[in-house]
Amino acid sequence: MKNTVRILFAAMLVAGLGACAKKAVKPAPAPEPAPVAEPAPMTDTGKYKVGDLDTDSCLRQRVIYFDLDRTEIKPEFQAQVACHAEYLRQFPNARVTLEGHADERGTREYNLGLGERRGNAVAGALSAAGASSGQLTVVSYGEERPVDRGHDESAWSKNRRVEIVYTSAN
Amino acid sequence: MRNRTLIRFGLLLLLFAGANGAWAQGLTIEINDGSRTADPIAVVPFAFEGAGLPPETDVSEIVRADLARSGKFFTLARRDIVEFPTRESEVKFATWRLLKQNYLVVGRIADAGDGALRVEFELFDVARQSRMIGLAISGQRTAMRDVAHQIADLIYEKILGVRGAFWTRIAYVTSVGLGQNTQYALMVADSDGFNPQVVVRSREPLMSPAWSPDGRRLAYVSFERGNSSVYLQDLSTGSRELISAQKGINGGPAFSPDGSKLALNLSYAGSPDIYVMDLATRKSTKLTNHFAIDVEAAWMPDGRSLVFTSDRSGKPQLYEVSAAGGDASRLTFQGQYNARATICCDGKKIAMAQGNGNVYRITVFDRTTGTYTEISPGNVDESPSFAPNGSMVLYAATEGPRGVLYAVSADGRVRQRLVLADGDVREPAWGPFRQR
Repeated sequence: MKNTVRILFAAMLVAGLGACAKKAVKPAPAPEPAPVAEPAPMTDTGKYKVGDLDTDSCLRQRVIYFDLDRTEIKPEFQAQVACHAEYLRQFPNARVTLEGHADERGTREYNLGLGERRGNAVAGALSAAGASSGQLTVVSYGEERPVDRGHDESAWSKNRRVEIVYTSAN
Repeated sequence: MRNRTLIRFGLLLLLFAGANGAWAQGLTIEINDGSRTADPIAVVPFAFEGAGLPPETDVSEIVRADLARSGKFFTLARRDIVEFPTRESEVKFATWRLLKQNYLVVGRIADAGDGALRVEFELFDVARQSRMIGLAISGQRTAMRDVAHQIADLIYEKILGVRGAFWTRIAYVTSVGLGQNTQYALMVADSDGFNPQVVVRSREPLMSPAWSPDGRRLAYVSFERGNSSVYLQDLSTGSRELISAQKGINGGPAFSPDGSKLALNLSYAGSPDIYVMDLATRKSTKLTNHFAIDVEAAWMPDGRSLVFTSDRSGKPQLYEVSAAGGDASRLTFQGQYNARATICCDGKKIAMAQGNGNVYRITVFDRTTGTYTEISPGNVDESPSFAPNGSMVLYAATEGPRGVLYAVSADGRVRQRLVLADGDVREPAWGPFRQR
């Protein structure tokens, strides 16, 4: 009984997030990550197959970018969070590590904290949308692992990120 | 001679680096700026009076460079030295008065038996025509850099009344390569950047080296387990211990002044807070308890309180908390971003990385006057670390595509660059005084 309620609740949340993403997409020119293809019926049979991690256009998006000193997930990444949450809900043995990163500005230890905050924000959104917390591990690398070693906003914006890394697919 | 030394150190590094030869470049030194209020001093090249070959280390040149780097002295260029006395009987004070020198150093090097060398030196007050120091220090040929730094320390202390900090060591982190191919190394070198030794090498990030007060151990953060964890390593034996590997962040190690405790920032309880671990029992006490990010603890010299970084007011600022716990009080109110405190001078001065907009510079906060003095000119300057005598601050900066280390005099007027070519060098930590 309790389980059913939880699943229903999660399904509602996912549907809600999907709707949010749609709304956010309409007025703006299409953002990079493709929105969830359709407001698919949320049944327990599931919309994803195991191989979809490598082929599905939404599930292949694994990086969420953040604004300076911010930890909230921007509207254009809600769809990405929603599809990973749905995948994790559907495959309870799947595991992800959420690697939080910061740009080089500010001190290294503080940036470790900032990276962890971002990782926790994504973990919170994934759990709210159907993943279970036992599937999620947050690791912060702070500013230690930049993808772009430049010293300007274009580099910094690529480095302020959370990477979703699957350690087990199903 | 100098060149040869540099090349030798390059070779040494190559040996350490093994197959990864690309980063074996050694550290070079540049004086960027002179100080106008410094004391003029002439260091005459020391004569070699032993049998066989002179030492490869130019002892008097190291003494000269140390004194120049401190910002407290103007050293006479070798081309302006016209007489080469080696002992008191050969000194003509009129010559040095004419050259407007306040102080004069002469010396000679002789055999001390068993392959060791004996360096005798004398310091003179030119105006008074009097000898201030006459001493001899012996050491193996391979230890001549140590001998030179000790001589510079004695001269510095005799003239200024403050213990010199040239014969000390620094720790720092290097990284070379991008992405999956990045190689990290925790290094220890002499205070002038020479004699670099690898303490630990890793393919995962290394961070935040902290010296034990006796200079024998380093605590640091390593990601080798996949998450940040804190290790304690003995420098002479190389043996090391895992100190903290909790869930979440394990970072910011800092030894208490008596060496019995280690402050850490840990986030296993939700958000990073400051903890103090008793090293004998390994029991930790939670010192701060706030949902904000509390990191980078630094001990006051009396061990009674700690200064740390917290963003509990929005942006990172420095706070002070008693070592017994309780409420923290905010210390910094000028500047948008103040973090990573380093403390000197009985707790009267705190240097920090201060950020305003996109510009981060090293700033010294004087607690007695309440004034802030910016001592670095870069855009991404961080990780300040005071020399144990408070005379200089070591910090990390970015120049073009690479990281560099600077040693700047505490008043900000004289800077020396320690560059690692083709790599990134950061997170410097100045070690304690060594036992003479």
